[in-house]
Amino acid sequence: MHIMEGFLPVKHAIAWSVVSAPFVACGLYSVNKRIKEKPEQRMLLGVAAAFTFVLSALKMPSVTGSCSHPTGTGLGAVLFGPAAMAPIGTVVLLFQAILLAHGGLTTLGANTFSMAIVGPFSAAFIYRMAKAVKLPFGVSIFLATCLADLLTYITTSLQLALAFPDPVGGFTVSFAKFATIFAITQIPLAISEGLLTVVVFNSLARFNLRELKEMNVVTNQEVKA
Amino acid sequence: MKRYQNLLMLIAVVLLVAIPLRMVKKSTPGPDGKSVEIFRGADDQAMDVISNIAPGYQPWFKPLMEPPSTEIGSLLFALQAAMGAGFIGYYLGVASTSAKMRRKLDKEGRC
Repeated sequence: MHIMEGFLPVKHAIAWSVVSAPFVACGLYSVNKRIKEKPEQRMLLGVAAAFTFVLSALKMPSVTGSCSHPTGTGLGAVLFGPAAMAPIGTVVLLFQAILLAHGGLTTLGANTFSMAIVGPFSAAFIYRMAKAVKLPFGVSIFLATCLADLLTYITTSLQLALAFPDPVGGFTVSFAKFATIFAITQIPLAISEGLLTVVVFNSLARFNLRELKEMNVVTNQEVKA
Repeated sequence: MKRYQNLLMLIAVVLLVAIPLRMVKKSTPGPDGKSVEIFRGADDQAMDVISNIAPGYQPWFKPLMEPPSTEIGSLLFALQAAMGAGFIGYYLGVASTSAKMRRKLDKEGRC
């Protein structure tokens, strides 16, 4: 669930767009460079984009009695590095903002920041940490993508709390209110996202092991384990 | 275990969706006869919080295009999911076939 059209004050909307723009530009550059160097990875990049498309279209019910959807950006972040997901996430957000009135053009910068920047960067970082402490491949992927999903929505709550601090309790109280809606709702969905990403990675490891090794996603040892 | 791992994980996802559906009960209608809607979008609820915190806030921009009904909205969401899932299915199909062919070629080459 993204911040709705028009629901960020102008200053905030502009600020988040300014923050997000360089990431998207950087990501476009890195995606172009990679496709030029390794054209055979184009299809896999398509899979990363397609996965984001599918998961962000699935509005699932949660224990809080409301609905939200996963993001699907963790898969691509682990495969291609976090920067690549900034432009891809932006495309998905644009699609939903223009055609579905879900999210919005004025809140695109803020939503890009949470879903296409914070999410992927945390996924890539957590995956690297998990690998460093030698967790099994599946567990690392699960932790990375599940927590990245959760952090995306914590970011959304932060953004809204910054824009609408509570008149009495200020930022903290307001953050608690938005986090109850977004982050708590997201917990079972984040677990689902983690599981679904592991399912896709298991298939990739079965059919495309060579590519995964080439992309330094897995090493020989991990696959045997 | 490894063999059933994917299946088990998919079942877990289905359960994660099904359990909230069972757990959250529709509340009884209040004195005004209107029951509280359940499973609304989290963004709708956030909108309510915003209008509580800042009652004067008016959204300064309207969506350019809004699906004329929730049915059309779900059509577009289904389309989005179908496009993505179609591509992933196509890719996995190609990948599994070429993995099979590679194995076959390896075997023939060795003989």
